[in-house]
Amino acid sequence: MAFELEFEKPLLELERQISQMRRLAEERKLDVHDEIVPLEQKLGQLRVEIYGKLTPMQRVHVARHPRRPYTLDYIRNVFTDFVELRGDRLFRDDPAMVGGWARLHDRPVVVIGQQKGRDTKENLHRNFGMAHPEGYRKALRLMHMAERFHVPVITLIDTPGAYPGLGAEERGQAEAIARNLEEMAALKTIFVAAVIGEGGSGGALALGLADRVLMMENAIYSVISPEGCAAILWNDASLRERAADALRLTAYDLLDLGLIDEIVPEPPGGAHADPAAAQRNLGKALEQSIKHLESMKPEDLLHARWDKFLAMGKLAEA
Amino acid sequence: MAWFRKERKHSRSSRERLEIPADAWEKCAGCGHVGIRGQFDRNLQVCPECGHHRRISAGQYIEILTDPGSFTELYADLRSEDVLGFEGYADRIAIAQRKAGPQDAVITGFARMTEIEIDLAVMQFAFMGGSMGSVVGEKIARLARRSLEEHVPLVIVSTSGGARMQEGVLSLMQMAKTSVMIARLHEQGIPFISILTDPTTGGVSASFAMQGDVNIAEPGAVIGFAGPRVIKQTIGQDLPDGFQTAEFLLERGMVDIVVPRSELAATTARLLRMMLRREPQTVD
Ligand SMILES: [Zn+2]
Repeated sequence: MAFELEFEKPLLELERQISQMRRLAEERKLDVHDEIVPLEQKLGQLRVEIYGKLTPMQRVHVARHPRRPYTLDYIRNVFTDFVELRGDRLFRDDPAMVGGWARLHDRPVVVIGQQKGRDTKENLHRNFGMAHPEGYRKALRLMHMAERFHVPVITLIDTPGAYPGLGAEERGQAEAIARNLEEMAALKTIFVAAVIGEGGSGGALALGLADRVLMMENAIYSVISPEGCAAILWNDASLRERAADALRLTAYDLLDLGLIDEIVPEPPGGAHADPAAAQRNLGKALEQSIKHLESMKPEDLLHARWDKFLAMGKLAEA
Repeated sequence: MAWFRKERKHSRSSRERLEIPADAWEKCAGCGHVGIRGQFDRNLQVCPECGHHRRISAGQYIEILTDPGSFTELYADLRSEDVLGFEGYADRIAIAQRKAGPQDAVITGFARMTEIEIDLAVMQFAFMGGSMGSVVGEKIARLARRSLEEHVPLVIVSTSGGARMQEGVLSLMQMAKTSVMIARLHEQGIPFISILTDPTTGGVSASFAMQGDVNIAEPGAVIGFAGPRVIKQTIGQDLPDGFQTAEFLLERGMVDIVVPRSELAATTARLLRMMLRREPQTVD
């Protein structure tokens, strides 16, 4: 059975009706135009309605949707000339992190991102998009190459988090993330990050210290998963709705808090309902961000990046 | 319970027990050694039998690391705010302030360490597990900016369970904020020595604590990205003995040196003197 979100059931039901009617019409050579048009209108309205009032936890589900476009989908459809480069040249290639050279509307760039799998087999290979230290070290190696050739770095963030396992700890997960943060703060080239799905904690931020940080409308960015938060605070992972509300993890929350620069609109029904539209929107937003950054003096770029992150935080002075 | 019986077997004669009140005895969590509290106190809370390092407060580290009376606190009036309206956070802050003092999970200031001027930040685990929220990030960033402007080396003693989730993604961004300032110190060649104590995990280990020119760990300290419980859950089995200890990280090449508490000041100062091209300290 195909993956279904509870709150999307009315949508899926309508979609089924429409496709059934189409099939029937084709088989029996009937003209059902007059019947289908109102149904499609209703579907469009319902999508806008449902997606117009998603709860934070519903957005988490959309951000994790197994048919949502992943990093390689964006790379293949937004970019051209992609040449994937693998390995950290230290230990191994981490399939949870992909990257390489590509063109964004003819402009050469280096693009990097976490990669999830579509099915169980691919997910085992990609480790559900949870990178090991070697993944972060590969990403850093590619960022430095972009710096050397004066081309922009684009990162696409989509991960539940950095992998918390024995090998990952042994090979220095904390060191790898800490090093990326420090090196991104000093990276002398244009750098745009986009959270396309799950922005899971330090493992997401390890690609995220950028000049401009974009978020897809239904992406999330959080210090901890709602399940993890609920388990720690209330000893009950099923209270994740409450945690998702409290954590303020939607794109709108992050924009409000001044932690991201821009929200990239998704088509009604989310990126998985119309991946091509989502990809077009992201392509446009990336292009605009890079153009804007290219208009700045290179020496101002780094200072602006510093100032942006140094201003983050909310506190009181007694 | 077994440990109770064992303790009894070791109990002193009744005459001795009359002289030393029962609550003056303390037991080492490392080896079970039972000693008079004063014995642990004199030894910087390190077990004289097995060298187990107990957790100590920020105030105690300041005492151990700096010349007497030389510490001046800075940014002491920064307070955490419940900006997200996060369930229970305001109460947690109030409790932590009563327990550990109002300055949040890090004390910052400047001092002298065997006559070298340093900027010093010491985290305190007693304040919400040393978690990093906006206040910790801001205090570290301000102190590092002072180091940058005054050309004073930075020393940070870390102990933290990670980011403070009650501040949501604001707390995550403190990793980026502090990293920006450390990167700028590195660029200018201002020495930064990171001292990692038990425990240092999560967002603190994955940012400034691992970014020192030199990363020093205390013996036995648990250091890692994920906490032991999370890893255990992920892999579904117990962790090997000594996993994520300072000695384990030393062997795997993730920390530079393991230094016992009694030698932290001397080792840090010796390094700083060389980094700053100063004369070695003369021994009296
Ligand atoms: Zn002991």
